[in-house]
Amino acid sequence: MSEATSESLPATATTGKARRFQFDNRYVAPLFITTILLVGHLSYGILESYPKTGLAILCALITELILGRIFFGKWLNLASAYITGISVGILVRSPAFWPFALCAVISIMSKYVLRVNNRHLWNPSNFGLSVLFFLAADAVSGLSIQWGNFIWPMLVIWVLGSIIIYRARRFHISATYVVAFLLFALLRSWITHEPWRAEIAPITGPMYQLFVFFMITDPKTTVHSKLGQCVVVLLVALVEFGLRLMQVIYAPFYALFIVGPAANMIEIWWQSRRLRESAARSS
Amino acid sequence: MTSSRIPKIALAIVFVALIASPLAIRRWSARRAAALSPVDAGVALTRYGFHLDEVAHTAGVNFVHQAPTLDHKLDHIMPEVASMGAAVSIVDFDRDGWPDIYVTNSGEGSHNALFRNLHDGTFKDVGSELGVADLNQAGTGVSMGAVWGDYDNDGFEDLFLYKWGRPELFHNDGGHGFTRVSENAGLPPWANANTAVWFDYDGDGRLDLFLGGYYAEDVDLWHLKNTRMMPESFEYARNGGRKYLFHNLGNGRFEEVSQKLGIDTRRWALAAVAADLRGTGHQDLFIANDYGISELYFNDGKRFSEAGKQTGVGFSPKSGMNASVGDILNQGRYSIYVSNISEEGVLIQGNNLWMPREGTSGDAIQYDNLARDLDVELGGWSFGAQFGDLNNDGALDLYLVNGYVSGDRQRNYWYDFSKVAGGNSTIISDAANWPAMDGRSLSGYQPKRVWLNDGSGKFVEVAQATGVTDISDGRSVALADLWNRGVLDVVVANQKGPLLIYKNTVQTGRHWIDFELEGSSSNRSAIGAEVTVYWSGQQQIQQVSGGSGFCAQNQRRLHYGLGRTAQVDKAVIRWPSGRTQTIDHPSIDQLNRVKEPA
Repeated sequence: MSEATSESLPATATTGKARRFQFDNRYVAPLFITTILLVGHLSYGILESYPKTGLAILCALITELILGRIFFGKWLNLASAYITGISVGILVRSPAFWPFALCAVISIMSKYVLRVNNRHLWNPSNFGLSVLFFLAADAVSGLSIQWGNFIWPMLVIWVLGSIIIYRARRFHISATYVVAFLLFALLRSWITHEPWRAEIAPITGPMYQLFVFFMITDPKTTVHSKLGQCVVVLLVALVEFGLRLMQVIYAPFYALFIVGPAANMIEIWWQSRRLRESAARSS
Repeated sequence: MTSSRIPKIALAIVFVALIASPLAIRRWSARRAAALSPVDAGVALTRYGFHLDEVAHTAGVNFVHQAPTLDHKLDHIMPEVASMGAAVSIVDFDRDGWPDIYVTNSGEGSHNALFRNLHDGTFKDVGSELGVADLNQAGTGVSMGAVWGDYDNDGFEDLFLYKWGRPELFHNDGGHGFTRVSENAGLPPWANANTAVWFDYDGDGRLDLFLGGYYAEDVDLWHLKNTRMMPESFEYARNGGRKYLFHNLGNGRFEEVSQKLGIDTRRWALAAVAADLRGTGHQDLFIANDYGISELYFNDGKRFSEAGKQTGVGFSPKSGMNASVGDILNQGRYSIYVSNISEEGVLIQGNNLWMPREGTSGDAIQYDNLARDLDVELGGWSFGAQFGDLNNDGALDLYLVNGYVSGDRQRNYWYDFSKVAGGNSTIISDAANWPAMDGRSLSGYQPKRVWLNDGSGKFVEVAQATGVTDISDGRSVALADLWNRGVLDVVVANQKGPLLIYKNTVQTGRHWIDFELEGSSSNRSAIGAEVTVYWSGQQQIQQVSGGSGFCAQNQRRLHYGLGRTAQVDKAVIRWPSGRTQTIDHPSIDQLNRVKEPA
């Protein structure tokens, strides 16, 4: 999942004593998601179990270490793998252990296998979760519960998440998606004659908070321009809208699974073309 | 091929293999299930040691459950809300030595039924004649279940009926009729309850009664003040009905003592079972809650203390709908089975089989959920379940019914259900926010599960192969030797469906032993008494229960399969009074009637 803020912000250049106390921005997102997990679990027991979440994190970290060493010749920073693992640990619901391990491993592996022009196409955990929801429906489901019975935990996480994502300069992505989701929810309600509150219900749960803050904002798998990023998440919301009309339960994951790589491919193709053109011009 | 490409290709191959692995697992599971497709009775007898035949009609039982029609504000989700009420309990109400069957109905004006065993393979409904049928009149609510216990120790089992409405207590007048004694007993005017258990929590020789609320007791489902009566959360709801513990004062009156003794919870109780889980001589109380965690109340005879988290059973919130206990590994210890919801592609909670952890006991007892390890985890939208030795091989098997709402087969409600279930409490708790069901199914038409215990820690699902082929919306299941043949038959109450009676045929040559206990200083029903049978180096403990499963009660007598063993070393009875009685070499292949020594 989101390598978003973990790799998007360079550590501020400082020297000497100040540097020792400077918090590396790469660790803001891992810290945030860990806080969500601990608060959610200690107060409401949202995890399947500590061992399962631990297994997902461990598998993600080990896979990243091994593949990073093999393919890049170095020990990679593990912040992004940690986020992938912990996200899998939160979002996968299964009484079995193997889905946690499998999802974490294929999520990380997808970064190394599904690459074009040295860039991976899918957000890792979005890939792993979508594959599992689609192919292992008999053994796996997604997180579908709320943060307890009160609105305050939800609001606190929205506010905290917004601040962090704003600092990471990706607030526009989350905001565009949330606004689009709400508008499409109202449109669905109008089309299906179902209560509008039922249509907006999903976004009041923790699954969407993780999706909004950690998955769609992943800098490695989003396009580069600010406008492009907004257009892409708008398209994600649009595809999700269509999937929801078809009553697809994991609509947001599948929407991102479809739109995200397509957008990346278009951007890669566009950049290659521009490179070729500028090369042709210079020659 | 360059050497740098080899790792990439290898990685790609492993990647594809891993992605394909869930498909391989599915295929393997499907092949295994196909191997257990229906076979004829003879093959089932040879292969599994038993076969079940549905005989309700030939036994003269043609009972079809009716669901209630609640306030019209709930019309759009009526099948989801009015989804319970089919219940079965076994009782020998006339003490003729043959089990009778009591079943509840839930349509307004519908009748419950008391099927008297006519000893010739058939039953006759005598509910109306004896005054325990017409109990669903408008304004009084509708029946949800019943438990039987001899609260006044006169030798005849009395009837407690719990409802979404006015709970009722009926005194059994010597097996010839029933007298309604609810007011004198001090029962509350209204409770939306789905579980009740008779047990003598303080060991004073008089049966007390636990009653577990589901909807809050100030909700009249036929006259709603507003639509905010749904659970405030799918997994953390605490806006359900209160719990009642009625202490039997001995003069036909009961005193409500739940809060005073430490049971103060508003989780949505759907099932409860009392069992001495710690060997203290007092029955503890386990409550399986819908929309939340289970609760386990340790009972020291005077007070209850909640120990769910401490013991491990009350941490992960699910949709508890069953509570039954059984000594599945013949270790002299009870495991607890809790059913939950599993629906492919949507929600995989998995049922829980809480087994006491090796090396833990007493107040420090810990439980592990071993449902997956023992293959009793996935049962669809599971409801009632009971342990019982169906093939008399000496190991307790598990019978599970399931299926929530069987509507239109082509359209299901799961998408809308999951959408709202994940929402904040302000959304989920208001029925007005729930999309209309429009006749859609919600985990309907599900095949049942009959898990056969191989005695070494594995269960094999054999429902189809042994004749259990119905796909009704099962709620309540009870086990009883209906025709005194030394085998356990199965009675299933289905929501908006027929009452099913599965007659059991067990392979010849398998021995058994039954015990029927009667207390003297203990309560006369002997509820809470435990019998441990020792044979061939094995031991199995069972208890006389005042209600277990989902809205169900098995026969009071205890049934033990012995396999090919032709002798029992001893049977040790621990009476609720604390007295222990040992019977050396009790007679097998027969019912042993034992009265508590004075």
